[in-house]
Amino acid sequence: MPTYTYMTRCDGCGQCVDICPADIMHIDPVYRRSYNIEPNFCWECYSCVKACPQHAIDVRGYADFAPLGHSVRVLREEEHGSIAWKVRYRDGRLKEFRFPIRTTPWDSITPPTAYAAPDRAALDSPLLAHEPEALYLAALPVPQGRV
Amino acid sequence: MRPRIHYVDCDVLIVGGGFGGCGAAYEARYWGRDLKIVVAEKANITRSGAVAHGLSAINCYMGMRWGENRPEDFVHYVRGDLMGLVREDLVYDIARHVDSTVHKFEEWGLPIMKDPATGHYLREGRWQVMIHGESYKPIIAEAAVKSAEVHNRVMVTHLLRDKTDPNRVAGAIGFHMREGTCYVFRARAVINAAGGASHIFRPRSVGEGAGRTWYSPWSSASAYALLIQAGAKMIQMENRIVLARFKDGYGPVGAWMLLLKAPSTNAYGEDFEAQRLEEIRALVGPYADTRPMPTCLRNHAMLQEMKAGRGPIYMHTQNVIDSKEKEDLGWEDFLDMTVGQAVLWAAQNIDPRERPSELMTSEPYVMGSHATCSGAWASGPDDCAPTDYQWGYNRMTTVAGLFGAGDTIGGSAHKFSSGSFTEGRIAGKAAVKYVRDHATQPPQLDEAQVQELHQAIFRPLDTYAVNRNEIVAGSVAPHYLTPLQGLQRLEKIMDEYAGGYSLFYVTSAPLLNRALELVAMLKEDLHQLGAEDLHQLMRAWELHHRVCTAEAVIRHTLFREETRWPGYYYRADHPTPRDPDWHVFTASRYDTRSDTWQLEKLPVHHFI
Ligand SMILES: Cc1cc2nc3c(=O)[nH]c(=O)nc-3n(C[C@H](O)[C@H](O)[C@H](O)COP(=O)(O)OP(=O)(O)OC[C@H]3O[C@@H](n4cnc5c(N)ncnc54)[C@H](O)[C@@H]3O)c2cc1C
Ligand code: SF4
Ligand code: SF4
Repeated sequence: MPTYTYMTRCDGCGQCVDICPADIMHIDPVYRRSYNIEPNFCWECYSCVKACPQHAIDVRGYADFAPLGHSVRVLREEEHGSIAWKVRYRDGRLKEFRFPIRTTPWDSITPPTAYAAPDRAALDSPLLAHEPEALYLAALPVPQGRV
Repeated sequence: MRPRIHYVDCDVLIVGGGFGGCGAAYEARYWGRDLKIVVAEKANITRSGAVAHGLSAINCYMGMRWGENRPEDFVHYVRGDLMGLVREDLVYDIARHVDSTVHKFEEWGLPIMKDPATGHYLREGRWQVMIHGESYKPIIAEAAVKSAEVHNRVMVTHLLRDKTDPNRVAGAIGFHMREGTCYVFRARAVINAAGGASHIFRPRSVGEGAGRTWYSPWSSASAYALLIQAGAKMIQMENRIVLARFKDGYGPVGAWMLLLKAPSTNAYGEDFEAQRLEEIRALVGPYADTRPMPTCLRNHAMLQEMKAGRGPIYMHTQNVIDSKEKEDLGWEDFLDMTVGQAVLWAAQNIDPRERPSELMTSEPYVMGSHATCSGAWASGPDDCAPTDYQWGYNRMTTVAGLFGAGDTIGGSAHKFSSGSFTEGRIAGKAAVKYVRDHATQPPQLDEAQVQELHQAIFRPLDTYAVNRNEIVAGSVAPHYLTPLQGLQRLEKIMDEYAGGYSLFYVTSAPLLNRALELVAMLKEDLHQLGAEDLHQLMRAWELHHRVCTAEAVIRHTLFREETRWPGYYYRADHPTPRDPDWHVFTASRYDTRSDTWQLEKLPVHHFI
């Protein structure tokens, strides 16, 4: 089923619907809770799983090749800049991992408009924004030979 | 049904907010402070495109500041990997700019691993650096959202032409997948960054697992179809890619192979690649001695081994995990970018510390940013490109005002995430220049075209509504086809006639000609697609884009009378590379009105 939603945990908030890149998490009109409408187009990308505030979505590996009895759970904590995984094997083995996801606060990226505006002539040069400084080179390389 | 039209006026329209699109948004805003820059994104930009999961490596980084590589070195590598056929000007251009992109990513908060000995970025291989990349896409999207007006859940179905000059772009049309409204973008320049194509060929898993393709299932060929229908010249559409990946889960092999150095063998523990070297030399001559060995030839060795019944092919992960750090690294590789592989390990009780994992060649994909380079014929940078590769603005296609980036642009392989973003930046700057240079001559919409498309886009909803009443229930109806049914027909044709996995990637002129006959009938049937709702309407247009792209793949494959990339596909009637006759790019141009294709050869210049 790739992703599925636990009836008792989902409150129908729609965040999974909003994020799914395949547009396959939809709200069931009768139960007012989400479900995967096209499991065969699910990439198991976990975008919806990570986004669900209720931890109501889980993944059961593709029936084509994944035997039952496993689980891969995730807790992504933006405020801590980290993600934690719990992998449970069919035979009961457990593995846990935690990795960093970002080194700066969310929403801290300086927008391009905060830099001094380039002059019109620079538009004709091959340099991109912040170059050559951001290359940490004195100048942009140019090729030697040319037909 | 004709839902209302929502008009959006803009200077630069970016179709697709993936890596190319986000780079284009950032750069266009940097140079065009006063311009209106708009992104039309089919999904939600925070998790859209091929990087929705995240990634565990940046696969294109020179390290020029530490003297690690020069752009020339990269050009030589990419040329070797693609058996000689690349646009050296475009590859060079990516290489010389890509480091500034990666340095910006690090400043924005992407955690890049460091080599404790040197303090440099930790290399996976010569060109790759390791990252903690689960949030790669949300971070990059943040920069784009701060640069442009983003319309999420708007699928672009067609580009619009100028009323007086049909070879100039005037905007794009599509629909909002939640509101059900028609969107018409009136734009002075358009950058197509809509990503590559999965599901052109039948995937190996066809049941519930059909979504576990290697490239994302939402990569639906818009990068190509939008351009083809607009009359842009395309190149190398035959250059589909097959990937050797962990079997079924399609977990990437890069970190295991290059960084952890896990060996792969046949079922009997033999190094088949070395054993088959002479045989590969006999097939492709000196190309066999390119180092590293071209990706397609490594596939070829594996395919021969599997045909000989000496599989499964194994990656010996258990040989190389001798510490907790390495175990974490191996797992993070998948948890960051292909969680399905971790799910598979857990389900099949495979502990990579203890036992090897099977490798398998995937179904073919059509894309322009990996070890392959299908896409648009684009104008090169004016300080690098040979004169016949240069007709105006950098990364502009043969249609005036229409640019591309990432998977869209042909001839320039090995861009990956960082290179696609970089190419978006290049296109973004060039588009701003185009808009400025043409400030007094804005394009004009062709209202007749808008009306016609407005009608056509929503037709599948009507087709379904009318014909559904004919049957009691179920999915079988005489007067409409669901998008999934049409997709499965396409995949079967491509698999069995155009070089899919079921025939070990073999095709030939008779097979390809038969494919064209069947595709022609499928194209007729596309007029009878029925869509139950807006989601299925998206599926219907994805299918249109895939079928159009598939036809280009067939026609290019037929045109190139050689087997240039054994391991990607084989022309059984022309089984070897044929230099110099075919040391060229194949180019095509489609004429929508007459439904005809013109193919030609374009020269490959080696100058770096
Ligand atoms: C499993 C996997 C592993 C990879 N590993 C690496 C790696 O380790 N390192 C690396 O550097 N690269 C890696 N890549 C490659 C990298 O992801 C791509 O090269 C890159 O994302 C291509 O950029 P793009 O902008 O062309 O396409 P994408 O990033 O896919 O963006 C395309 C965008 O267009 C949107 N779109 C599509 N059609 C339409 C339409 N009709 N209308 C509106 N919007 C549309 C999509 O929703 C998407 O947002 C990997 C890719 C995959 C799938
Ligand atoms: S995000 Fe979670 S709680 Fe909200 S609708 Fe989806 S499954 Fe339900
Ligand atoms: S795992 Fe990804 S593709 Fe599958 S439902 Fe969730 S968000 Fe969509």
